[in-house]
Amino acid sequence: MINSARQRVLDLEKLAEESQFLEKPTSVWRSALRRLLRRKIAIAGLIIIGFWVLVALFAPLIATHDPNRGLLGQPGITRRDPPCIHAFGCSVEKPQHILGLDGNARDEFSRIVYGTRISLTIGLTTVTVAVLVGALLGAMAGYWGGWIDNAIMRVADVVLGFPALLLAIAIVAVLGPGLRNALLAIAIVTIPQYARVMRASVLQIKELDFVAASRALGASSWRILFSRVVPNALTPLVVLGTLGIASAILEAAGLGFLGVGAQPPSPEWGTMLSEERNQLFSAPHLVFFPGLAIMLVVLGFNLLGDGLRDALDPRLND
Amino acid sequence: MVSFLVRRLLYTIPVLLGIVLVVFLLVRSIPGDPCTAMLGERATPAACEAFNAANGLNEPIPVQLGIFLGNLVQFDLGESIRFSRPVSQMLIERMPMTIELSFAAFLIALLVGVPLGILAAMRHNTKTDVATMAVANVGVSMPVFWLGLMLAYLFALLLKDTPFSLPPSGRLAAGISPIPFYEVWGRNVDPASAWAPVYEFLSNFYIFNCLISGQWSILLDAVRHLILPALALATIPLSIIARITRSSLLEVLGSDYVRTARSKGASERREVSRHALRNALLPVVTIGGLQMGGLLGGAVLTESVFSLAGVGRALVEAIFSRDYPVIQGFTVVIAAGYVLVNLAVDLSYAYLDPRIRLE
Repeated sequence: MINSARQRVLDLEKLAEESQFLEKPTSVWRSALRRLLRRKIAIAGLIIIGFWVLVALFAPLIATHDPNRGLLGQPGITRRDPPCIHAFGCSVEKPQHILGLDGNARDEFSRIVYGTRISLTIGLTTVTVAVLVGALLGAMAGYWGGWIDNAIMRVADVVLGFPALLLAIAIVAVLGPGLRNALLAIAIVTIPQYARVMRASVLQIKELDFVAASRALGASSWRILFSRVVPNALTPLVVLGTLGIASAILEAAGLGFLGVGAQPPSPEWGTMLSEERNQLFSAPHLVFFPGLAIMLVVLGFNLLGDGLRDALDPRLND
Repeated sequence: MVSFLVRRLLYTIPVLLGIVLVVFLLVRSIPGDPCTAMLGERATPAACEAFNAANGLNEPIPVQLGIFLGNLVQFDLGESIRFSRPVSQMLIERMPMTIELSFAAFLIALLVGVPLGILAAMRHNTKTDVATMAVANVGVSMPVFWLGLMLAYLFALLLKDTPFSLPPSGRLAAGISPIPFYEVWGRNVDPASAWAPVYEFLSNFYIFNCLISGQWSILLDAVRHLILPALALATIPLSIIARITRSSLLEVLGSDYVRTARSKGASERREVSRHALRNALLPVVTIGGLQMGGLLGGAVLTESVFSLAGVGRALVEAIFSRDYPVIQGFTVVIAAGYVLVNLAVDLSYAYLDPRIRLE
């Protein structure tokens, strides 16, 4: 007992000494990053995400055609032409379209390249909004408890009482179809998840000694909440948020597929797939490639999320 | 256990009420009114007036809510504005399809996912483990509708003339419909009796119906139609269940009591089957139950891909035609089903893990 108390004092002194030399104490995040980079699964995720980010950034350079321009009337062009790659034996007389043409004779490859921008935006914006709102509500509920907690969590229960996609469809029906409203709907539907996780962490952390110490020093409750409790409760939120990007992209594509998400001629992958689904048997490439693109983006975030979970799990600390 | 049960049951009541209220308000705030959606853009004000009066839409909102709640308590979900048919009748026709699909998908997810997870855990850090988890990661990343369309392309077109060919749409081949089991049994069901809807509801579970009444060829057809949608719908929960089973089993295998069993000479197989698996399956129950609820959302997409007349598709169509009673009735029933599944999961969890009850 005495030993451990003395040990703690020694530790604190050591920490204080070290902090004179370091700008910041070695952060949880930095060691987590180190552990993250040792996991193959996370590296694979990062590589996939990196690839898509590059595609999104350099879309105008990568795309071979204008994604929204129909090429009908030009020589050798018919609607829904299958992929034609000269290097793979496609006749040189035909113009090269590596993923073929869609129903409006637009270059499928260029549309998918530009669609990357939309999908990444969907993932990042919905999760950012949902995490910010969810974390704030969850932190308030967990920290203050009482009626605030009750009110927030009961509303969360009701929202979680619906299958997410159905509620999103209903919200889009209220707001009107379109990409922005679809994003808003997905964000609203996912807020309770983040609120719950944040609340659970805050409930644990607010009982710890260092929070009591801050309170004894006279810090206001908002200050304690945001500078002491919330930063320490972020870990599970980061994992959930990364996986959330993956499911947000999937859900937005689903809404697009049902015709309530992004509207044509937007090159959103779900919408593109939905436009051509009836031509599945005659032009499978128009269904295959957009779906493959969705899967590969989502896979990247899922892998990274898994890797993050392992890296941030204190039980796996090495 | 009893007090836990009662507490948990009471707790679902406000959630259900909240859901009803949210649905009601959400439906009223959908832009565009049912009159123009039904009668067309050029409906005269007088025609709209009559239409609203006929459908109870000219009452103040709180009164409409009161009527809706009052009817709901008596299981009366109103009448579809678009089809002029009772909403409950539509549910009786469409609900079994969706339940059958979700249940088949859940079964596939469980029967394949759990063994896959066990396999990966027992061969931890080997190629088998890595490969299984890679497949699981790809599985959770696949859009349901894309997988459905790809399966349809593969089995209905590429494998068309092989024994593996499977139909890409519908519940049964054209022109076939199963005879309700009570008619096969020679029982007359009085259509006016209170039990008639129950009989009808049950007989709309085609597979169940054909199974108990021995209509084998129709049963085969129904199963063949169900395979592709169920596979598509099962993939995500299957992958999630495999991952959870693996990580949970790994955790349990690392615990002291399993090591004790091992040091006493239990074989690896015995160690897993007798000691670890039971405890490792706890989280699988929770996650599995949650996935069951999520299946309902995925069912909307699957039904759309495979042209199945289920609940999800009807709901989406109702939203677009502003058919208030259908949207309300369907959503409330689906959400209630979802809440009840979660309740069942909580209860089974409490049954399996005594620590939960003590809270």
